[in-house]
Amino acid sequence: MSTGRREFLAWTAAAAAGAALTPVINLVELAQARSPGEAASALRRWGLLIDITKCADCDDCVTACHGENGVTGNGRPETDPQWIRKVSLRDKRTSVVQTLPLMCQHCEDPPCVDVCPTGASFKRDDGIVLVDKHTCIGCRYCVMACPYGARSFIHEAVSGQKPDVPRGKGTVESCTLCVHRVDRGDAPACVEACNRDGGKAMLFGDLNDPSAEIHRRLRSGPSTQVRADLALNTGVRYQGL
Amino acid sequence: MTRIAAAVLAFLLTVAGLAHATETRTGRVPVPGVKIEKGGACVAPTEEMRRNHMKMLFHQRDKTVRQGMREPRFSLKGCVECHAGRDTGSVLGKEGFCSSCHAYASVKIDCFECHSSVRQAKSAGVQQ
Repeated sequence: MSTGRREFLAWTAAAAAGAALTPVINLVELAQARSPGEAASALRRWGLLIDITKCADCDDCVTACHGENGVTGNGRPETDPQWIRKVSLRDKRTSVVQTLPLMCQHCEDPPCVDVCPTGASFKRDDGIVLVDKHTCIGCRYCVMACPYGARSFIHEAVSGQKPDVPRGKGTVESCTLCVHRVDRGDAPACVEACNRDGGKAMLFGDLNDPSAEIHRRLRSGPSTQVRADLALNTGVRYQGL
Repeated sequence: MTRIAAAVLAFLLTVAGLAHATETRTGRVPVPGVKIEKGGACVAPTEEMRRNHMKMLFHQRDKTVRQGMREPRFSLKGCVECHAGRDTGSVLGKEGFCSSCHAYASVKIDCFECHSSVRQAKSAGVQQ
């Protein structure tokens, strides 16, 4: 075999290996943050997986969420906004108590979007359900439509908002899955706090990405949607419920 | 003698120029006292910004909210970062970049009912 032929074979092998690697490289690119000029893609669907068995008896996720988004109350629990809350479930027969964080479940078919008369309540291409406060008229239909009680109406004037999280009186708001953080490639504040100070129960990721940890965990064991009977296909899933 | 006269003239012109910069009235037409703290280039020429800043913000806001495109060029956060007053750290208030001109033109702005009107670094400092 001449040197020329040997070189040719080596090049062919390298090219074949390169072609085989290309899909892998594409997947890696998908997992990274978008550039600011790039629109959210329908190829992704952001979601959360919450392992109830690890959910500690703390409210670090709630504190982190409300801190990150500048959600403050006025000491009136009836009307104060709430983006995420800890819910306790008690089995009446065994008295076993479980706690879990409950927030907007980022449904694939969100009832809040169906009922919104102005189109302010919408689902972004990557599955995050949001309120466009520029067009929200504060009718609160979505508050009533949401089976998870995830939406809050802002009853009182707000001051000291975070630059990334505009909030104002007369509009409805809910968990945004920390969209401003997700857009720059970070995980939501609740997930970060849970993994830092809490029970490491929360996992954030792309439900459509087969290489993502969340995808692997959902594939490997049973998980539950809250009110699965409504067939909303929630983006927030629970394990150990 | 000519040299001294030239120097005096130059001085007078400079003073007049400075007075013009802070004056809120040129001739018979009142103009808003917009205080520009930070010099340098804006995202578009001044004339275009005066006429079309609201269109830029409207265009950008829908893209940002609906599609998650957070281009810094026409973002309201970017405006505030640059134009917030040095003392107040805000674009609102009597001499605020936004509010002074809007009060003059009698056009209500409701951006800051929801959006933060203070510079990010400053607001973080105040809250921590």
